[in-house]
Amino acid sequence: MQLIPCPWCGPREEAEFHYGGQAHVPYPDDPAALSDEEWAHYVFFRDNTKGRFAERWNHNAGCRRWFNAVRDTTTYRFESVYRLDHPKPVTP
Amino acid sequence: MAELLRTHPLEAWTSAFERLPDTVRITVEPFVATVDVRLGAVGPEVRTHLGVDLPTAPNTWVPADAGRAVWLGPDEWLLSSTTETPEELEARVRAAVLPLGGSATDVSAQRIGLRLTGARVRDVLAKGCSIDLHPRVFGRGSSAQTSLGQAGVVLLALSDAGDDHVVLVRSSFAGYLADWLLDAALEFTTTPDR
Repeated sequence: MQLIPCPWCGPREEAEFHYGGQAHVPYPDDPAALSDEEWAHYVFFRDNTKGRFAERWNHNAGCRRWFNAVRDTTTYRFESVYRLDHPKPVTP
Repeated sequence: MAELLRTHPLEAWTSAFERLPDTVRITVEPFVATVDVRLGAVGPEVRTHLGVDLPTAPNTWVPADAGRAVWLGPDEWLLSSTTETPEELEARVRAAVLPLGGSATDVSAQRIGLRLTGARVRDVLAKGCSIDLHPRVFGRGSSAQTSLGQAGVVLLALSDAGDDHVVLVRSSFAGYLADWLLDAALEFTTTPDR
């Protein structure tokens, strides 16, 4: 089974984790000013990247903390993991 | 009027545990008062208020006055005490962490402890737990929140020889985990037909 390196707990089996969708989707600055279409884009519309994709993961069988990971969607390889308060790492 | 007696979720497993050999010894730990602590930043003032240094290294535990302090997350700990009642422990810890912006919640009824001792305990745990339990990396003071079988558990290492562990499991999963442990220990029992 693939191991996912939790930023807190270290490498654990992927069955301990839960997927949380695309990372770095900012909450609207002025939510009241959004049109229905803009809300729909914020709530439902996500990138469908082939290749490296920054996404959120939750270590729900361990420390139950959210973190971000850059994963290659074609190979399922985790390129890097980083805490929520850290910026997205620059990958070559 | 019916008398309400306090029972333990694993009372029915007592005799099955007693038949296990010394290489896989499972004993049910008595009820302990347990408090879940949430606290943002841990400074030196925590020790003066609480009487224990909350461990800040992930996946560790330290002995407290008459219990343990287990790291559960970067801002979450599990404090237990064998000498205080749940109400006393919760009140004491809450009074200590509230001025620091933290919170304390009594979770004594949430988990029960199983003490696993013996030379074969690591082999039993390895059947349903994917983390490395070798004492070289999981010596005394280590802890891990992980899955054992299908149950979420907190594992604590009590010895540097890898033959003494405590498994904290949610009460409603205790029966399942007891059955699972007995099944996993089957090959190490002297009488295969139990």
